[in-house]
Amino acid sequence: MAIRNEPTVTPQLVAEHGLKPDEYERILALIGRTPTFTELGIFSAMWNEHCSYKSSKVHLRGLPISAPWVIQGPGENAGVIDIGDGLAVVFKMESHNHPSYIEPYQGATTGVGGILRDVFTMGARPIACLDALSFGDPKHPKTRQLVAGVVAGVGGYGNSFGVPTVGGQMRFHPRYNGNNLVNAMAVGLAEADKIFYAAASGVGMPIVYLGSKTGRDGIHGATMASAEFGADAEEKRPTVQVGDPFSEKLLLEACLEIMEKDCVIAIQDMGAAGLTCSAVEMGAKGDLGVDLDLDAVPCRETGMSAYEMMLSESQERMLMVLKPEKEQEAAAIFRKWGLDFAIVGRTTPTQRFIVRHGGDVMVDLPIKELGDEAPVYNRPFVETPKRAVIDAKDVKHPMAVADALETLLATPELCSKRWVWEQYDHVIGGNTVQRPGGDAAVVRVQDGPKALALTADVTPRYCEADPYEGGKQAVAEAWRNITAVGGRPLAITDNLNFGNPEKPEIMGQFVGCIRGIGEACKALDFPVVSGNVSLYNETNGRGILPTPTIGGVGLLDDFTRSATLAFKTGGEAILLIGDTAGWLGQSVYLRDIGGREEGAPPPVDLAVEKRNGDLVRSLIVDGQATAVHDLSDGGLLVALAEMAMASGIGATLDATEDHAFWFGEDQARYLVTTRDADAVTARAKAAGVPVRRLGVTGGAVLTLPGERPILITKLRDRHEAWLPAYMADAIVGA
Amino acid sequence: MKAAILVFPGINRERDMARTLKLVSGRDPAMVWHAETALPAGTDLVVIPGGFSYGDYLRCGAIAARAPVMDAVRAHAAKGGLVLGVCNGFQILCESGLLPGLLMRNAGLKFICRDVYLRVERADTPFTAGYKKNQVIRVPVAHGEGNYIADGETIAKLEGEGRVLYRYASPDGMIDPDWNHNGAMNAIAGIVSERGNVLGMMPHPENHVDAAIGPTDGRGLFAGLNDHLAKAA
Repeated sequence: MAIRNEPTVTPQLVAEHGLKPDEYERILALIGRTPTFTELGIFSAMWNEHCSYKSSKVHLRGLPISAPWVIQGPGENAGVIDIGDGLAVVFKMESHNHPSYIEPYQGATTGVGGILRDVFTMGARPIACLDALSFGDPKHPKTRQLVAGVVAGVGGYGNSFGVPTVGGQMRFHPRYNGNNLVNAMAVGLAEADKIFYAAASGVGMPIVYLGSKTGRDGIHGATMASAEFGADAEEKRPTVQVGDPFSEKLLLEACLEIMEKDCVIAIQDMGAAGLTCSAVEMGAKGDLGVDLDLDAVPCRETGMSAYEMMLSESQERMLMVLKPEKEQEAAAIFRKWGLDFAIVGRTTPTQRFIVRHGGDVMVDLPIKELGDEAPVYNRPFVETPKRAVIDAKDVKHPMAVADALETLLATPELCSKRWVWEQYDHVIGGNTVQRPGGDAAVVRVQDGPKALALTADVTPRYCEADPYEGGKQAVAEAWRNITAVGGRPLAITDNLNFGNPEKPEIMGQFVGCIRGIGEACKALDFPVVSGNVSLYNETNGRGILPTPTIGGVGLLDDFTRSATLAFKTGGEAILLIGDTAGWLGQSVYLRDIGGREEGAPPPVDLAVEKRNGDLVRSLIVDGQATAVHDLSDGGLLVALAEMAMASGIGATLDATEDHAFWFGEDQARYLVTTRDADAVTARAKAAGVPVRRLGVTGGAVLTLPGERPILITKLRDRHEAWLPAYMADAIVGA
Repeated sequence: MKAAILVFPGINRERDMARTLKLVSGRDPAMVWHAETALPAGTDLVVIPGGFSYGDYLRCGAIAARAPVMDAVRAHAAKGGLVLGVCNGFQILCESGLLPGLLMRNAGLKFICRDVYLRVERADTPFTAGYKKNQVIRVPVAHGEGNYIADGETIAKLEGEGRVLYRYASPDGMIDPDWNHNGAMNAIAGIVSERGNVLGMMPHPENHVDAAIGPTDGRGLFAGLNDHLAKAA
């Protein structure tokens, strides 16, 4: 096939498309001729890491993906679970890491926009967003600007679109210098019997393009996302898309309206690899061919080539197959919302992917093989060497426990993230029962009494030190956060951020984390229903910390029976649920107070997690726990201080213990307050759960044996001050 | 209460507002599309909800102020009909000339979502009848451009005529820059038109009406309106 005005395909051009020589050989064998330039672009888009999961596929197969409540597992735009009453929750998390480093505001907005589209494409109205953000060293000269841009971008899109952003995470670590992470999660609500899928059906059906016009933005975005960064990262700015939340809001309303009116046979949003990926998915999943006519595609600029149109990642676009008898009704709805639409092709019985432009056939490829025959790699990997377990007795006390607590609460890791979430509208919808700042956000379902518990978690320093235990811990932490508000954990979405998989040690991290995640999901009955893999998160040859972010969704049958972390009143007993050995390896205390980022991370005993968590949940549902908080970063005393700061109520502790007890990060633990300590203790004993009375709530001061009293207001001031001061450029040396 | 909620493309709190009006009045409001040229017959309250009308890519509210339905709103207001604009609705009312002044970017140049405290400046209006004078209510804000500004003469007139109905305040009702999150002149959170029948306010009372979710301080505004309209009918 010779096409006018297209460059000749040369080995150099092939390499520039990120395709390895053996991958190109595979293409030649598959189609029996040299591909056209546009075809080469299409293969590059379909066979890059981002779209094909070629390095991760063999390992992802091991993850548990089913449960009686799972309606749709991985492989569609988002996962779907049944929450009863004829309702389903549709959710997924996805990264937008590389774009957010190159162009923080637009990178973050389009990350949020993309994940929202994934959710409403399936027929769900988005009801919540969460965002897990990882930035480099606060002292790095670029960090402040990246934080400002990403946070403004996340807010700028969600606030305008009109979805509450209710939770997430934010961390700093030098290993994210030059490669920050933006993981956005969207959660939507749909009727369980009205879920929409990508698979087209019927031959000769018109394929409709809806939404923003196609421009030259984001060409090869997915390919860029599948490569390491060098010093020239900023030259890749043209590959970043620009977000338009207004158009997305119109698309949402128009799509839900045509779905409500039963006009839709198949629908797919144009995300990574734009028109290419969406058209191929519709055809391949429906065992049909697709014949596209690019002359009909609404374009933002004149003179766009087939190559550009097929690879553009312009945002806020949809592709769909409509019921022929409903076409006029749908067209009226599109006009009402002021959206561009056009019939850009037809389904065919041939299983070929044909693209025409200006009278030429630019592409003629086997549609199923484009996806199915993408290379799959079982890349070599080496297991991450185990780190030595640090004996708490060998760790010096650099300062008094009270001083360590005050210092820790004002570190970048543990300081209040209010500066971030106050830039997100977290109350729109009128259903936010628990706002950001607690263990999990709680969002009421319609008029209740059901509610969802939502969280996003991972502890990358654990994953770096021991990928397997770290993977387990990420899932256990999400499960625990849902439990701590009284929710029943139902399912997760995983957003796997790693370095270059062609390096055996990075692949070892990936494999280890996946094994840990799978193990924990199995033990906790907490399947994976959607996810995203982001590899090649490296700059100048140095990878990020392995960061498999877990987005968890749980259900509360009655949200009035939920728990918050704030102490409720004075005179209540404070109970510690779970065992404390004083595990300091990889703790925030050891790193930020002791100056040692060392050791093995705390092991996770999944049976103990389940046993302890199930008890805590039943205490909440039965109204015996007045406040609950899970123990994680910073350990027991940090958690206790957070409960005090959230309420302004102090506590008097009578346990005489050392720093490993107060700041160790042993897993499967919770703090619970109660009016009836004897009853709770009896229940814990009956369930075989270790429980210990630590003290009593009350006053305005935190009192520990042998330590100076700690004023809660002063603690709160320091806790709240760090991030705003940092962002105002007021932190010396940062 | 026979309320009509205006729906401009990009508006996103119309569902919250409709739910609140139903909760307080027991009656579903009419949803009126921006391209309409008339309000439903018998409309006694027009509500312009929050959001980002037309994306707010120009000055906030500038395009919505020129939408077809706004002529009907002006006619309704000219007859003394009640109009309530919240957040983007306040911006739209300023842009359409129904209220004086305008809303600039927040003093800190960032979008802010948090609960704030408002002091109710007078209780003898349809928009405040559900409260007591000097009562402090807690309601959320969620905006990037809520910093009210007007020229000195306008401010003097607003103050002199008692047209500032809601002011940002501390929890004990003191006017204090630390409790004025967006830097609004005179801590203005909500004002009425000369005739007292058009209210614009930045905070979202419609999001604080349900005890199951949180504070219910916003309810008074809608309950007061409902009672006023019931008496008038």
